[in-house]
Amino acid sequence: MSLLTQKRLTIGDWINYFLLLLIALTFLLPFLYVISISLSDPKTFIPLEFRLIPAKLSLASYHYLLSTDSFLNSLKSTVFITVVGTVLNVVITFSMAYGLTKKTMPGRNFILTLVVFTMVFNAGIVPNYLLVKDMGLLDSYWALILTALTNAWSLIVVKSFMESLPPELADAAKIDGCTDIGVFIRIIIPLSMPAVAAFTLFFAVAHWNSYFNALIYLSDPSKWTLQLLVKTLVIDSDSTGVGQIAGTDQTALPQETLRMASVVLALLPILVVYPFLQKYFVKGVMLGSIKG
Amino acid sequence: MILRLLQEGGVHTLNQDFNQPMAAAPPLPRVQKGRLQHLWKQVLIHRYFYLLVLPGLLYFILFKLVPMWGLLIAFQNYSPFQGIWGSTWIGLKNFHDLFTYAHFYNLLRNTLIINLLNILLYFPVPILLAIMLNEVRHEAFKRVTQSIVYLPHFLSWVVVAGLTYFLLSTDVGVLNKILHSFGLQQVSFLSNSKLFWLMITLQSMWKDAGWGTIIFLAAIAGVNPSLYESAVVDGASRFRQIWHITLPAIRHVIVILLILRVGSIMDVGFEQILLMLNPLVMNVGEVFDVYAYTQGILNGQISVGVAVGLFKSVIGVLMVLGANWLSKKAGNEGIF
Repeated sequence: MSLLTQKRLTIGDWINYFLLLLIALTFLLPFLYVISISLSDPKTFIPLEFRLIPAKLSLASYHYLLSTDSFLNSLKSTVFITVVGTVLNVVITFSMAYGLTKKTMPGRNFILTLVVFTMVFNAGIVPNYLLVKDMGLLDSYWALILTALTNAWSLIVVKSFMESLPPELADAAKIDGCTDIGVFIRIIIPLSMPAVAAFTLFFAVAHWNSYFNALIYLSDPSKWTLQLLVKTLVIDSDSTGVGQIAGTDQTALPQETLRMASVVLALLPILVVYPFLQKYFVKGVMLGSIKG
Repeated sequence: MILRLLQEGGVHTLNQDFNQPMAAAPPLPRVQKGRLQHLWKQVLIHRYFYLLVLPGLLYFILFKLVPMWGLLIAFQNYSPFQGIWGSTWIGLKNFHDLFTYAHFYNLLRNTLIINLLNILLYFPVPILLAIMLNEVRHEAFKRVTQSIVYLPHFLSWVVVAGLTYFLLSTDVGVLNKILHSFGLQQVSFLSNSKLFWLMITLQSMWKDAGWGTIIFLAAIAGVNPSLYESAVVDGASRFRQIWHITLPAIRHVIVILLILRVGSIMDVGFEQILLMLNPLVMNVGEVFDVYAYTQGILNGQISVGVAVGLFKSVIGVLMVLGANWLSKKAGNEGIF
């Protein structure tokens, strides 16, 4: 009898598979439902009628959302913040992490202590807000980018990843006359590509999803990011649980399909890239525990 | 939570660095130079490293250290027009007001209950899920399930809150549509203060429990398969294998994560709570950060907002240090 390779499923296995299937469904169904209803044809959509699949399919809600200035603007600003923010995140985090791998650098311990300290203690919401206000960054996208340039956790994970790289290559490059910055760009970064990929994703997702910073730093509705706009569309229209907006006006598009379409647009980029990039996300998490 | 464990992993290596003597400097030349001169030479040698560190360091100083200056406001009757220099000092009055304010205990209660529920109900789920996933023998089934349960971790709280509305709200919620189709009275789940804590816990579970399995799956993957083989030879059932091999293998990780979780008991998923709050559940949902935000930023009570934030941060640090001490006491490596 082959002990571990046996494929015969016991009753316990069946129960386990069945439970996992149920769990997977509770994770999948909300997406499928929201995507399905957001595709409803406005003319045949009946509020308060329960169905899983629309009577008639149509992209009307998406057409409408993507034709409004407020939605397009928020999309543009979110893309801007995500792209610029992520590039700066990666550049600053990786260069700082590499700098901190140099154990002989005077002041290194002080900087590391400072970094760890910020992980444990932070000034709180209001002092951070006052700083951004005093810098004149309110209602500027730079407030969102600059306040999240890097973070202690990413730095420490990237640093310990770089410390696990074989030092011989960097030494050889230095002997060949490379400067320390040359070593960083030509040797360390190419060797760190798995970490670069993982952290690019982490940073990009964080920027795309950022809500609270946008809420406090951007008060001008014309500057809103996608998450702020979606929150207003989806939640504020029914914040007391007694909203009665849906579909009272037959000439307009039903609010409900619009609200769902806006949620779908906010999660779509992640849903689209996720299956292809999942392994990098997982790898990113594993990076941290390599040495620990 | 996972982040915490990773910090643990990362900081562990960092700890070793702290213990190393600072200067493994090249031997000094014949002439005995002054310490300052030697230091200057070291700085010059490392000039490119400073250049690499500089932008990040500036960030930490400007956006992490400088705001701490603003904590002084907690001891002032702050007026934005007079600034920190011009505002009057009132000592601990803001804190006195905070502690004598009946509302304060509401904030404390909500914070603690939401966290305790999280520890009791949420914490075991990733462990259980990891064990269940580990028992799956079909790689494809396992991979697909993993992909699906990790996914919500990458959604924003706005999207998760939105999905919750589409499930529970009175106007667009699926549950109410079903009730309606049976001709039943609609229920406003989202403004029911009795359900709020449970809903927050379930929401956290949905979003992060799947992602939380990674760390346990990694620990389980490190178990030597021969242990299971000999257990089978000894006639151990699957349950006994889980109990005697799998669980002990991840016990260490569980203890560390639990201690860290207790250490962050002052932290509540703030974006999450803020998104789910409405006037009807305010009394059960308001936590320290929400209060700091509404008072300090929305209502212009800046000193109150800063004081609440400072109180929370100080207790938070004490809890983390306490948890770290406990972790060392329990025979684990500390985080610092």
